[in-house]
Amino acid sequence: MTQPIKDSIKAFIIENFLFGDTAYDLQDDASLIENEVIDSTGVLELVAFIEDQFAFVMADADIVPANLDSVARITAFVARHAGENALNKKSA
Amino acid sequence: MCGFGGYFGDGVAPHDAQPLLQRMVAAIAHRGPDEQGIFTAPSAGLGHARLSIVGLGDGQQPMTHSSGDLTIAFNGEIFNYVELRETLKAQGHVFRTGSDTEVILHLYERMGLDCLSLFNGDFAFAIWDASRERMVIARDRMGVRPLFYTTVGQTLYFASEVKALLEVPGVRAEMDPLALDQIFTLWAPIAPRTAFRDIFELEPAHLLIAGKSGMSIRPYWQLQYPDIGEPAAYKDERDAAEELRDLLTDATRIRMRADVPVGSYLSGGLDSSIVSALAAPMAPGGLSTFSVTFGSAEHDESMFQEQMATALGTHHYAVACGEGDIASAFPDVIRFTERPILRTAPAPLYQLSGLVREKGLKVVLTGEGADEVFAGYDIFKEARVRRFCARQPGSRIRPHLFRKLYAYLPGLKQQSAEYLAAFFGAGDDPMDDPLFSHRPRLRGTAAAKLFFSADLRQTLSGYDAAAELVSRLPQDFSRWHPLHQAQYLESRFLLPGYILSSQGDRMAMAHGVEGRFPFLDHRLVEFATRLPPGMKLKGLVEKHILREATKDLLPDTIGRRTKQPYRAPDSQSFVGKNDRDYVRDAFSERSIAETGLFNPKAVSKLYEKCSDKPASGYRDNAAFVGILSTQLWQNTFSATKTLSTQAA
Repeated sequence: MTQPIKDSIKAFIIENFLFGDTAYDLQDDASLIENEVIDSTGVLELVAFIEDQFAFVMADADIVPANLDSVARITAFVARHAGENALNKKSA
Repeated sequence: MCGFGGYFGDGVAPHDAQPLLQRMVAAIAHRGPDEQGIFTAPSAGLGHARLSIVGLGDGQQPMTHSSGDLTIAFNGEIFNYVELRETLKAQGHVFRTGSDTEVILHLYERMGLDCLSLFNGDFAFAIWDASRERMVIARDRMGVRPLFYTTVGQTLYFASEVKALLEVPGVRAEMDPLALDQIFTLWAPIAPRTAFRDIFELEPAHLLIAGKSGMSIRPYWQLQYPDIGEPAAYKDERDAAEELRDLLTDATRIRMRADVPVGSYLSGGLDSSIVSALAAPMAPGGLSTFSVTFGSAEHDESMFQEQMATALGTHHYAVACGEGDIASAFPDVIRFTERPILRTAPAPLYQLSGLVREKGLKVVLTGEGADEVFAGYDIFKEARVRRFCARQPGSRIRPHLFRKLYAYLPGLKQQSAEYLAAFFGAGDDPMDDPLFSHRPRLRGTAAAKLFFSADLRQTLSGYDAAAELVSRLPQDFSRWHPLHQAQYLESRFLLPGYILSSQGDRMAMAHGVEGRFPFLDHRLVEFATRLPPGMKLKGLVEKHILREATKDLLPDTIGRRTKQPYRAPDSQSFVGKNDRDYVRDAFSERSIAETGLFNPKAVSKLYEKCSDKPASGYRDNAAFVGILSTQLWQNTFSATKTLSTQAA
């Protein structure tokens, strides 16, 4: 289930922050900040993308590097929320 | 002020000398629209374009000493020429003119190269010393006035701007890829390197001597700070403030010396307000002040400008700078900066000097330099906060100080403490790194190199502009206080490399206007280096001692203002309703492929992204302006339009 999420996130990062540079070796675990892929405005662009694409609103407390500073972390975070949303829908 | 060019060597045939010098002078005629002059001798020539400010009727250049042995071409001012002249007269020297130019000749005659230590001024000059058969070229201590040189065969050519050197047969305009990397990392090339391959800049406070036996370059003055353990030169803050006030008043007084009216820039910030307040009572007929206003509240300071102008009772003039104005001026801005730049900030200053000229003035005081000398920049506070955070890396409270520092940056308002700490490398950067204070900025700027083409990346492979900067630091550097280290980096590299050149001399002289900088008087600079760091940056209050020394001069609202960095709209100046044909052309796939420096696909996506929604992030804005200015540089200067990407 996480592969489509990861693909979508990776495609957004390559398109929006790496400007289509497919030669860039974007490792799943690499820090987006330390590798200068993303700046402070980029974080906000990333949050807007996640909210639009995956249809949930991020709490301010969730906007931290522990959730968003690599493809793997973003994928895990989104997958958790997607799972929660599905559970919520089921129980509703 | 003025501009000059010249040569030394046998590479110019006698019948070519006059036409060559005429072409060189014509290329920089904007620097000196009042008069032109040419001097030739066997193996040497000087050409001069004059902006008449001191000795209106008798200061023509090139000027030859009455002995006939020494001839000078001079750009700038020696502000203490009155005192030097009196001393020389008492020693028996006889003067034919009232100009500061002649004072240089007499002092050189008397002291040789040691005369430089006595000059208080902003200058670049060349002296043809016929008896010693040598050309002596020098530049002021802080790098206010520019001076470039190159060699063709065994002949040395020099000029106030590169465009004069491009008139020399055999000199070509080719981008130096290492310089481009330096600009995209440090904002400016590291002198002596310039954007032009094989064309160099004489560094501030340096002297070049060319003679029959060859050419040598050496410093005659150095910016230096005390060792961290040295006892403080000033213990009493009140004494230090008094001395500062005296020095600043005198620095302003001697910069009011001119045979034409002297005006003042007034940004609404602390520094230009202080200079204007000191100058106002010294200006016969009242002081004229000049400001830029912006339509966007984020950049505009007109409220403070008007408040200060009213308080001082100046004749105040303002020019409104819209985003469209920046787009209209930008090609000219690059023609005058002669280098790619990452911000549009010079463009409004180009417009401002046009206003000064339109109002009939050709000399203005500015507050530039105070931030370097008295620790005004945010980067100094930021380094302190980063060190503070590093002492307790897990703190969720300490990183919030970054938000306080950059209250004017909307992108930071919504960031968590963890993100703030990560963006500023708080806790990660080694504190003994010589570039500790500047690392976040260098990283943020260098991110724009993402757009470099594969060819350029290959050419630059392994090159590290920041490492080269470190290699240029003096041996004593590691013994200085961290604040002094940061001040040195700003004062020695960014000030002459970007602020004084791209925003200072070049934008003013584009309209034949001379800027004068009281805060860069070398007496004041040397005094400030000896102040304890805590008198400059007190807690997180910048320029504390300067505020103390001048608090009676300004309204409280100005005197207590937190620094608002001078910025102008960047990518949004060139997209949407401000779109221009030349911008679309510069970003076109064809044009990008032709110059070969950037990745066409990535550039196209950046252009689309910024057109869709103007960039607000640092990296995208810097990349947009950097790419546009590099493309314009290429179109303006390079005859072949194909850049060599071989490392110099």
